[in-house]
Amino acid sequence: MGVIKISNLHKIYDESKIPVKAVNGIDLTIKQGEFTAIVGPSGSGKTTFLNMVGGLDVPSKGKIEIDGINIGNLPPRQLIDYRLNNIGFVFQAYNLIPVLTAQENVAFIMQLQGKGKNERNKIARELLETVGIGDKIDRRPGDLSGGQQQRVSVARALASKPKFILADEPTANLDSKSTNELLDLMLKMNKELDTTFIFSTHDQRVMDKARRIITIDDGIITSDVQKN
Amino acid sequence: MDTLFKIAWRSLWRNKRRTLITTASVFLAVFLALFMRSMQIGSYEIMINSVVTEVGHIQVHDSGYWESKSINDSFVFSKSLKEKIESHENVTSVIPRFETFALGSFGEMTKGLMIQGIVPSMEDPRKKISNKLIEGRFLTEKDNGIVLAEGLASYFNIGINDTIALIGSGYQGITAAGLFPVVGIIKYPVPKLNNFIAYMSMSKVQEVFSPYHSNLISTLVVDLRDGDNLAHKADDINQILGTKYEVLGWRKMLPDVVQQIDGDNAGGIFMLAILYIIVAFGIFGTILMMTLERRKEFAIMVAVGMHRRKLAIVVFFETIFIGMMGVIAGIIASLPLLKYLYHHPIPLQGEMAKMMLEFNMEPFMPFSLDTYIFSNQGIAIFAIAGLTSLYPIIYVVRFRILRAMRS
Ligand SMILES: Nc1ncnc2c1ncn2[C@@H]1O[C@H](COP(=O)(O)OP(=O)(O)OP(=O)(O)O)[C@@H](O)[C@H]1O
Ligand SMILES: [Mg+2]
Repeated sequence: MGVIKISNLHKIYDESKIPVKAVNGIDLTIKQGEFTAIVGPSGSGKTTFLNMVGGLDVPSKGKIEIDGINIGNLPPRQLIDYRLNNIGFVFQAYNLIPVLTAQENVAFIMQLQGKGKNERNKIARELLETVGIGDKIDRRPGDLSGGQQQRVSVARALASKPKFILADEPTANLDSKSTNELLDLMLKMNKELDTTFIFSTHDQRVMDKARRIITIDDGIITSDVQKN
Repeated sequence: MDTLFKIAWRSLWRNKRRTLITTASVFLAVFLALFMRSMQIGSYEIMINSVVTEVGHIQVHDSGYWESKSINDSFVFSKSLKEKIESHENVTSVIPRFETFALGSFGEMTKGLMIQGIVPSMEDPRKKISNKLIEGRFLTEKDNGIVLAEGLASYFNIGINDTIALIGSGYQGITAAGLFPVVGIIKYPVPKLNNFIAYMSMSKVQEVFSPYHSNLISTLVVDLRDGDNLAHKADDINQILGTKYEVLGWRKMLPDVVQQIDGDNAGGIFMLAILYIIVAFGIFGTILMMTLERRKEFAIMVAVGMHRRKLAIVVFFETIFIGMMGVIAGIIASLPLLKYLYHHPIPLQGEMAKMMLEFNMEPFMPFSLDTYIFSNQGIAIFAIAGLTSLYPIIYVVRFRILRAMRS
């Protein structure tokens, strides 16, 4: 259960004259409940890799199987539903719908899933309480700090009860205090709910909190370290 | 759905000023369009109304009369003929007239005039001729007298109780002549009528112009419950009566009036089209910006699992909101004004007044409150908004998520 199996994954950008091999043969298995950081220098292929795992980009070659389903084979509409129900996303910035309040943003995901109004509002409030901004649920993203916005994003990612959460440099725009708080929150969710987190980062302090660190360089894995 | 609605509505107000300016441009266009159309349609209504009171919706003649205008193309008015016409469900009244020409003479003066033999009790309620009396009295059923238009009276320099001599050609070539006391003088605002028309009782006209054939008339004026599909109804009645008769709608009898209205109407619609094209570009500009500045947001929404179809609904709502707010504001603002003008039409002067007079209309700018004027603006703006929303709709169903995220 809850296994992502990546085999022989490639992504080649050949729009320009010189093709860019952004991901160049990655084999990887990620298990349920992992808290995994993808690290590597700029341009190494982290974003490209995460986008493919999240079903936002199509591999040039290779396979991504999630619980036995090859997501590369899903037609576009089904892929949208697949993302909705199985993958939580936290992006670097501008994650939220700016015209909806924190609570509405979190509830919206559940509305897309077809949950009833009362249920989704209740869950949204609870989640926002959990991520520590229970007193700001009626604020719009513009009236929240960057750190608070990212917490709402985490709450939203959790709301759909996904198989795993992908976060591409979730702390890139945060100061060190907010970075710490967000990481602690993610860890807490990982422990309490057994939610799988896969995130990329440049930040040494973020890496320190990860339990598995996968280093990518030039589109291939150069090291894969499992802590304790 | 309610959240999609909410997103659309709130998105509009993220840039309040831009949305307000766009809505205001729609508002202004609708306001102007309503004012213009109300005025135009109002004047057509009055024009048609005055034509219809004068000639009726439909006239029945002896075949060929409208072309020849000859007294020899008269026909016998019988009860059965009337009943046949009245058997058409849309007919409300059938009124006989005897229209002919004669030479009038009084003192030194001589002039041609048109004589309309009428049944006063039938004709006056619809044409309100007696309201135009400035002197004397109106005709009675078997009156021996004549009512002259004021222009004629002053030409002859004739007054009440003076006697005018008429001479003309009667049915089948007989000479029709007689002396008739002037019993009343009426004033028409239209010079053409004021200098030309005289009314006599039907019985007297028949006696003078057709002494040997009883009940001869030139015209049956047929009023209908409504004037829609006029040509069709005329044909229906012609079917009933047969080819001995011609049945003509007013549009066929007075093509110049129809042409005048159609020409003016086409001009108005052309103006509207220009106005609305400008508005369409205004809406499009706003919608274009709203789409481009939210590419990243759209990308994230689809990334986290929102179907593009739902996003399309959002952007469609936004465009429709802008348009409909303008329409509703325009209608709300113009309705009291148009209502006021409907009850207090603007008095006219100059060329316009002259034209109105020529059509036997009071020289006032009439306004119409016909609901279709309002619904048409609503439909036009809705169509423009719908068309404009194609751009963002096509964008949201086709954009590439990752490219949009990097934008
Ligand atoms: N759409 C694209 N077209 C062409 N080349 C691309 C495209 N996206 C990424 N690349 C290239 O692919 C390589 C990997 O890019 P990627 O964004 O995955 O790196 P990254 O590890 O996320 O970098 P960073 O740490 O700066 O975010 C880079 O060389 C980049 O220039
Ligand atoms: Mg990156």
